[in-house]
Amino acid sequence: MLIFELSQAGRKSHAQMPPAVSSDIPAEFLRQDAPLLPECSEMDVVRHYTRLSQKNFSIDTQFYPLGSCTMKYNPRACNTLAMLPQFLARHPSAAAPTGQGFLACMHELQEMLKDVTGMAAVSLSPMAGAQGEFAGVAMIRAYHMARGDTARTEVLVPDAAHGTNPATAVMCGYTVKEIPTNRDGDVDLDALKQAVGPHTAGIMLTNPSTLGVFERRIQEVARIVHEAGGLLYYDGANLNAILGRVKPGDMGFDVIHMNLHKTFSTPHGGGGPGAGPVGVSERLIPFLPIPLVHEDRGVYRLLAEHDRPQSIGRLSAHIGNAGVLLRAYIYARLLGREGMHRVAEYATLNANYLMAELKKAGFDIAFKNRRASHEFIVTLKGLKEQTGISAMDVAKRLLDKGFHAPTTYFPLLVPECLLIEPTETESKQSLDAFVAALKEILEEAHTNPDLVKGAPYTTPVRRLDDVKAARELDLTWKPAA
Amino acid sequence: MPFIPHTEADVSEMLAAIGVASIDDLFDEIPESLRSGGLTKVPEGLSEMEVARLMQDRAERDGRYLNFIGAGAYEHHIPAAVWQIVTRGEYYSAYTPYQAEASQGTLQLLYEFQTMMASLTGMDVSNASLYDGASGLAEAVLMAVRAHRDSRRILLPKTVHPHYRRVVENIVSAQNIELVEIDFDLKTGVTGTLSSEGFAALVIPQPNFFGCLEDVDRLTDWAHAQGGLVIGLVNPTALALLKPPGLWGTKGADIAVGEGQPLGAPLSSGGPYFGFMCCKQALVRQMPGRIIGRTVDLDGKPGFALTLQAREQHIRRAKATSNICTNQGLLVTAATIYMSLLGPEGLRRVATASHANTQQLVSQLTQIPGVRLAFDRPKFHEAVLQLDAPVAGVLHALEAQGITGGYDLTYLYPELGHALLVCATETKTTADLQKFADQLARIMGRQQAAPPCPIQPKI
Repeated sequence: MLIFELSQAGRKSHAQMPPAVSSDIPAEFLRQDAPLLPECSEMDVVRHYTRLSQKNFSIDTQFYPLGSCTMKYNPRACNTLAMLPQFLARHPSAAAPTGQGFLACMHELQEMLKDVTGMAAVSLSPMAGAQGEFAGVAMIRAYHMARGDTARTEVLVPDAAHGTNPATAVMCGYTVKEIPTNRDGDVDLDALKQAVGPHTAGIMLTNPSTLGVFERRIQEVARIVHEAGGLLYYDGANLNAILGRVKPGDMGFDVIHMNLHKTFSTPHGGGGPGAGPVGVSERLIPFLPIPLVHEDRGVYRLLAEHDRPQSIGRLSAHIGNAGVLLRAYIYARLLGREGMHRVAEYATLNANYLMAELKKAGFDIAFKNRRASHEFIVTLKGLKEQTGISAMDVAKRLLDKGFHAPTTYFPLLVPECLLIEPTETESKQSLDAFVAALKEILEEAHTNPDLVKGAPYTTPVRRLDDVKAARELDLTWKPAA
Repeated sequence: MPFIPHTEADVSEMLAAIGVASIDDLFDEIPESLRSGGLTKVPEGLSEMEVARLMQDRAERDGRYLNFIGAGAYEHHIPAAVWQIVTRGEYYSAYTPYQAEASQGTLQLLYEFQTMMASLTGMDVSNASLYDGASGLAEAVLMAVRAHRDSRRILLPKTVHPHYRRVVENIVSAQNIELVEIDFDLKTGVTGTLSSEGFAALVIPQPNFFGCLEDVDRLTDWAHAQGGLVIGLVNPTALALLKPPGLWGTKGADIAVGEGQPLGAPLSSGGPYFGFMCCKQALVRQMPGRIIGRTVDLDGKPGFALTLQAREQHIRRAKATSNICTNQGLLVTAATIYMSLLGPEGLRRVATASHANTQQLVSQLTQIPGVRLAFDRPKFHEAVLQLDAPVAGVLHALEAQGITGGYDLTYLYPELGHALLVCATETKTTADLQKFADQLARIMGRQQAAPPCPIQPKI
């Protein structure tokens, strides 16, 4: 039932009604009809949205091994403390002296992120990973432009990259050239050498890559691209795998974005808000997006355009997703130095354990001779050929067994793949239960394939007709005439 | 204090199952020279109790101010139920609804949100949100250029929030799009007569950055007559009262975007907020961001799913409508619950009470010598005042009295002189308005009594 179907004309949520007053706005500016908002009691609304929430899988209710998304536990303290009344009440345009506590947190977060990434400076302002990518590539562009190097029109992207990488490069005015991956999951260096030249603005890389393996010859990649005059962009999607162990700055990257909703455990919120701070090496510092948090003898303020004339500018009306940044700051203070070192260790331990157990259970691992990073890929190509059961079928059957599905059909290079990322916050017991569920499904695939093809059965709805959804667009509810 | 549950026994069993001696061995593919010497600027971890104390101290250091700043972020009462439900783990800790069967809660809520926003703006369809109002406007500009095909010129009035104009410029600059600034009338504070030709779209803010109401019907018809599209930049609270963009002029605006913050998001130093975007049906395939559709399952039962994904980066890659991936799902959850709790009458009352408070504030403040109303024009819940004294000093003096007294326009609009943008929402009482008036009168009196201050006040 939709909230609109609960609505009763004339019903009001009285406690939420300010006094009725008349307005002096001339009639020509006013609307004639009331908008289609529901008329419900407060309890109707609370009950409706509480019940809807119960139709979701979430980290708080299920193991959620969605590869490349780092679905780790979101500590409750981060939310409670970021929502202290003074933090919530502060207007973004209020002067810096009214927000010294908040700005102190932001400055310390900037400093910690510099350390974690090995970069020379950090801007917190991008509001999501994709916006961080935009900021990063825009800085690469600004750098080349500032040097009068206008011939660089091309950005290199490995074929295993996230879709945001090529989409971002195009938004920044570049054409995209794909670089193939070799059989072991590393960038094909010969192809890279062929591709670089005076037209190369830079390369966008994720390391460990989306294939769940560490790019072993990253220093060689950096040398080739730098020698051609290009810059290296690090997509921080997989930073959880190396947190505290390897710094992207040491690998030779010039610019990086981080996904704080992954590595720093801010909530994914059903699809955002995220936060995508960017870090840069010395030569890109002038181009960082504003505002930046500046500290001078214990007094904090935001730097704007006139402080940073070469900046690529602001990407949001204010400072970006401030409340998300606060949550990340609190998380970083809870973990501390030692805790951060352990994140990558245990995320990697969990992934390699899960990979070993699934291999024993008869699953094909895509890069079986490699170590897993914080995630790894299972390919069900063989199973599909034998039984007709696809990766999608297995994913849907997992829902019946009480597990969120791994990422399916990404990366695009591996057929019938499941990209599995357990994160460090899952116990051995939950990993074992997941292995047991996948074993059961493997057996069902052979003994009762129709059961798997028809899954899921226990969710609020069964498999949905996506073709109908796209062909007969129904994007808003309309009252019966 | 990492959130890692492993016991020592777990770790040894797991290492044995993998066939390695230590966790370090799992990193043996990483070249030795890259292994980090560790973190030096990250302090030792704290317990939850210690972090709580730290954050409470920081919050108290910020304190609380009586706020009269609007300028794109508005302080409205948020019903307690909103964030109590939003922070339920099932919303808070879920991700983008890729597995539709396991995400019907989020998906249905987004479908309800799309319905509410489409109705509020008077448009056919809505997406499931963008990052914020400013970047949302940039996406609308890109969308208009894609849809128009013949022109890459956008008319962008100076009555649009200056930060929004900068964001648009920064985001679209690499795509060979020309942004033409349009002046406003100094007497009325709205966009005057237009003459430009051959453009892809005209942006019309309603209310505009000064709180003034633009001639939306005339501007819309004019833009359409020139063959351009119309992008309405609107405040969602205002839409409970004002004519929706879908009904502007003869044909209505083509795209409506705006900042969703007034619908249940706390001010929170600037975010997270959300941008909303609605459009005419014909443009839906040009729209960026997630879109939810209603469909049926195998048994014919209604359900909800992400749809039109062929526009998006994870499918189209370099040819996508935008690089946007996630949006601001949790804030949209708040907005949907907020709008449901208020209903059409509640939201209308928030709009009228906010507007009435601002009118009352303006009438009290303009009685103070040296304070004038800048524009003679119908407004919505915000107004520009002109002072006989530098604004920065006045705001600084107000701050000392616990008041954040408005948004200083001096540097962004030097042509307006010592101009201050003020706003009083429904959250302000008669006593609050009086306090502001008393303090401003005192400060302005002092400014007039004393000789001109030789030292520039510190900002």
